[in-house]
Amino acid sequence: MAGSDDVILLDFWVSAFGLRVRIALAEKGIHYEYREENLQNKSPLLLEMNPVHKKIPVLIHQGKPVCESNIIVQYIDEAWHDKSPSLLPSDPYLRAQARFWADFVDKKVYEAAKKIWMTEGEEDRQVAKKELIEVLKVLEGQLGEKPYMVGESFGLADIAMIPFSVWFHTLNEIGKMNIERECPKLAAWVNRCMERESVSKTLPHPHKFYEFVLEMQKKKGH
Amino acid sequence: MADEVKLHGVTGSPFVCRAVIALNLKGIKYEFVAEDLSNKSADLLKYNPVYKKVPVLVHNGNPISESLVIVEYIDEVWKGVPILPQDAYEKAQARFWAKVIDDKCLPAVFKAVSSHGEEQAVAEAHEALQFLENELKVKGIKFFGGDNINLVDIAATFVAFWIGAAEEALGIEVLSKHKFPKLTEWSDNYVNCQAVKESLPPRENLVAFFKKRFGKA
Repeated sequence: MAGSDDVILLDFWVSAFGLRVRIALAEKGIHYEYREENLQNKSPLLLEMNPVHKKIPVLIHQGKPVCESNIIVQYIDEAWHDKSPSLLPSDPYLRAQARFWADFVDKKVYEAAKKIWMTEGEEDRQVAKKELIEVLKVLEGQLGEKPYMVGESFGLADIAMIPFSVWFHTLNEIGKMNIERECPKLAAWVNRCMERESVSKTLPHPHKFYEFVLEMQKKKGH
Repeated sequence: MADEVKLHGVTGSPFVCRAVIALNLKGIKYEFVAEDLSNKSADLLKYNPVYKKVPVLVHNGNPISESLVIVEYIDEVWKGVPILPQDAYEKAQARFWAKVIDDKCLPAVFKAVSSHGEEQAVAEAHEALQFLENELKVKGIKFFGGDNINLVDIAATFVAFWIGAAEEALGIEVLSKHKFPKLTEWSDNYVNCQAVKESLPPRENLVAFFKKRFGKA
């Protein structure tokens, strides 16, 4: 049985991408050593383990690095395939759906959400809000009446998206919007995911994220 | 019941080509549905409402979009020549490099081409391509998949074939042999693989496309 020194996670406490990995590890009950990175002063280990991107999260398993959060989550599922639950469906078509939607979160949700606090000027912010709600509604369309994003079980696509629920309070405050009201199905899905210990015990409180963003904005002189 | 496999695409797209190579590698019979991107078919919009792009693989009426997702799907459904490694760690590495190609190499090369070989753009393309060059050099491998092509080689198809066509069309140099000896060697080996050879579009069509799309008036 692998000891905790077999698995190291280089991460940053508030990173949505790092949170994906932490949730996946918690789902499988894998013991690991968590190492907080200072992104203004990255450790030599991080630079050695992820020379291409120099980013977190990086999972180091038996000394070998795995990078890119959605790839790490799939790796965790495959390397610990004997531990339940499975993080991907067994059906190839549903697996393709899971990968597609996990990638959609990266391509669309992350970019649209960041714009809310990165744009200046009311007009640009209105455009950013509209874009974000459109993207979230596409996710709601995929959710439909299902409990989770793909198939009937919590998995890769849910894991890819749920850390961004931490951003909702901040987006609502800064964007002067109400995501839960505009996207009630998504809000219900968030609550459902939060019933899982791997999620509720891993995600930071949304107010902490808000404090973090305000701090960041202050430093940039906003 | 026989499998029904359709691929919606355009012959000039390196993304569509990835799917074609995977299908040919596995020897899968399929129908190619040629799309006009300025007048997308109702089927395409129905099968890929999120991005409305090609390629889309439709397997027994079930649509799959995004070229790398399609290639993994093909590998999982049809046995035969493996496209991804079996080992979990090696698989993660293959997925990682395929993503580097999409996230870093492709955009940088696209900029170098569309800017007609502008110095800064080419420098950035070189930086991105250097990662691939180093992978081949450090590992001393013929293909990214080792002795045989894998997901990463397929993802890098545009490096082996599209860059050269663009260079010829626009009179620019992006993938020089002396700067990228390994990638150049890899390109020659790659385009000569049977499954790849039968999947690539005619080179003169690609050159003509680049001239028309990016050529100076």
